[in-house]
Amino acid sequence: MKGDTSTINPLENEAIYIIREVAAQFEKPVLLFSGGKDSITLVRLAQKAFYPAKIPFPLMHIDTGHNFPETIEFRDRLVKELGLELIVRNVQDSIDQGKVKEESGKYASRNSLQTTTLLDAIEELNFDACIGGARRDEEKARAKERIFSVRDDFGQWDEKNQRPELFDMLNGQIELGQNVRVFPISNWTELDVWSYIEKENIEIPSIYFAHTRATFLRDGLIWSSDDEVVYREEDEIVEERLVRFRTVGDMSCTAAVLSNATDIATVVKEIRNATISERGARIDDKRSEAAMEKRKQQGYF
Amino acid sequence: MEVLKIATAGSVDDGKSTLIGRLLYDTKSLTSDKLEAIENKSKQRGYDYLDFSLATDGLVAEREQGITIDVAHIYFSTQRKSYIIADTPGHVEYTRNMVTGASTSQAAIILIDARKGVIEQTNRHFFINNLLRVKDIIVAINKMDLVDFSEEKYNEIKASFETLMTKRDYQDQQITFIPVSALKGDNVVNESANMSWYKGQTLLEHLELLDSDDIYNRGTPRFPVQYVIRPKTEEFHDFRGYAGKVYGGDLSVGDAVVALPSQTKSKIKEIFFHDELYKTASRRSSVTITLEDDINVSRGDMLVKADDLPKIEKQFTATISWMDSKNLTNGNKYVLQHGVHKVLAKVDRINHKINPDYSGIDDTIDALGMNDIASVAFKLNKPIFFDAFKDHRTNGSFILIDTQSNNTVGAGFIQ
Repeated sequence: MKGDTSTINPLENEAIYIIREVAAQFEKPVLLFSGGKDSITLVRLAQKAFYPAKIPFPLMHIDTGHNFPETIEFRDRLVKELGLELIVRNVQDSIDQGKVKEESGKYASRNSLQTTTLLDAIEELNFDACIGGARRDEEKARAKERIFSVRDDFGQWDEKNQRPELFDMLNGQIELGQNVRVFPISNWTELDVWSYIEKENIEIPSIYFAHTRATFLRDGLIWSSDDEVVYREEDEIVEERLVRFRTVGDMSCTAAVLSNATDIATVVKEIRNATISERGARIDDKRSEAAMEKRKQQGYF
Repeated sequence: MEVLKIATAGSVDDGKSTLIGRLLYDTKSLTSDKLEAIENKSKQRGYDYLDFSLATDGLVAEREQGITIDVAHIYFSTQRKSYIIADTPGHVEYTRNMVTGASTSQAAIILIDARKGVIEQTNRHFFINNLLRVKDIIVAINKMDLVDFSEEKYNEIKASFETLMTKRDYQDQQITFIPVSALKGDNVVNESANMSWYKGQTLLEHLELLDSDDIYNRGTPRFPVQYVIRPKTEEFHDFRGYAGKVYGGDLSVGDAVVALPSQTKSKIKEIFFHDELYKTASRRSSVTITLEDDINVSRGDMLVKADDLPKIEKQFTATISWMDSKNLTNGNKYVLQHGVHKVLAKVDRINHKINPDYSGIDDTIDALGMNDIASVAFKLNKPIFFDAFKDHRTNGSFILIDTQSNNTVGAGFIQ
């Protein structure tokens, strides 16, 4: 038997508390799982929250169809190992149904198309709470988001009319048709997540570590070359580079960084000394200063 | 890693965002892409300095109006600590945001413009942080560069703030005065070359040396049950664990406890954090507790030490901070959420409004509007298990939820 629990990370205690509140306050919660490090961290926290019982809600992946293959392999393996239920909904289906239109041109991405697929899935499966791995340090509009963030019938975020959150108390009361987005790691920074992955020895997809990849340069960022998914101009020359990814989004909008960090300890060290923010490599946020705020108002996760 | 949550309070143009931006900049927490964005925007607006407020004002309306509307959270860390700053706006109409920010903070920075000194707003900022029993207060006297870094001016402002301090209820609050220039960087992270007369700590030094164990208000251990864990697997067939967070003090294996409201007695058998067993559950940790006896405990119930019961009552008086545009009036009914426990509450009597600037009370009112603070008596449909807010910050507070809109409409501090 160990001594006392005083050395447990306060952020971990907070996240576990939030995840338990979701299970207790909602009828049908789901954990939004992208295969990225933040959602993998959420899965670990949920395991801890309910031990020795299983996680009492399923995972759902909104698949853009443009994922890094390594992420999908990893996702399927994790779900199998933990005996969890995984629901997958495809952006391709929303495109085929004519609900959204594929973007075209140099910066085409399926990232914002995910919103429609997500909202449809929430309605179809009657989810009243969606747990996500967003963090307030990622972006300025996210910095204003609550831990329990209420969305209306249209899945929209009303940033000027948010419920105050006092002390530890989370108010999850909603009307039929509304749902709540829940962010248990709101108060974690990128470094907190990486340090936790290191400490807990959590397995993550291989693309987070340095590997040789066919890439090309655009706007000072390094893009993975995949002619089916990522649009490339003829003068954008493909070269092999030693890179890793800091975030795992849609391939079409996630740039790589030069790195030779092949293990987690080196990654943590690299993040500690990084001079570019994590979302600096996400072209979807560079579209305008208010890009994230606009997407969130429309129901983006 | 220690985590310290800090609330900030200042009036419009006191330079709050600039101060936070300065903290980020001087601790090298701003990444080059964020810094570049600030540089470009500052240049575009024709400033000859870097406008650090651009680092924190996140919503479009805020950037347009150059003000902070909602509570934003800003993160930075040093070798020693992780810091979370709740950046709350300082306008009169945003009392609710200040109360919200202070409720999760252990320290607060109150900004004063050295040119203006202690103003009516300062009284409010101090009142709220005192009402919410925020343990450590830093009075940052800002814009010292605009008063020629004058020691006399600093002493003058300090003296008038000290007059204000004589009116406070919560006497144990630690208060520190620091003269700063957020714009120029004096005494924020780095020592000031312009104020050699000031021998105290810089703002960051002060924060770094705060003992986070000390600044969490202590009380007796309270364990509100969040969730009952019943795996029903072969290996854990009869397992019945109570999941929750421990508040106020510690609970250990073997402690004699009472479950509320049933008042059934038992002893703590095991304490789990994930799959590891511990001897003691320290305050603020999220654990799972099993008991020696098979008693009926469900969400909203509370485990407490047998020799240290809270009050178990269906009526009480509380200080209310009202946060909704729809008024609170006598006879109104609300859902009252006390920790994870929900009951129905009826407003029995509005005793008086409390002016949040130490200017006294008003006992002629019969309704509370947005941003009002008042003493209100409630009656409940079922008892809750509480302590006075002054003795227990967690177990003495609650929120009120509107039964129609489901919004959080008020916060309460039990007297």
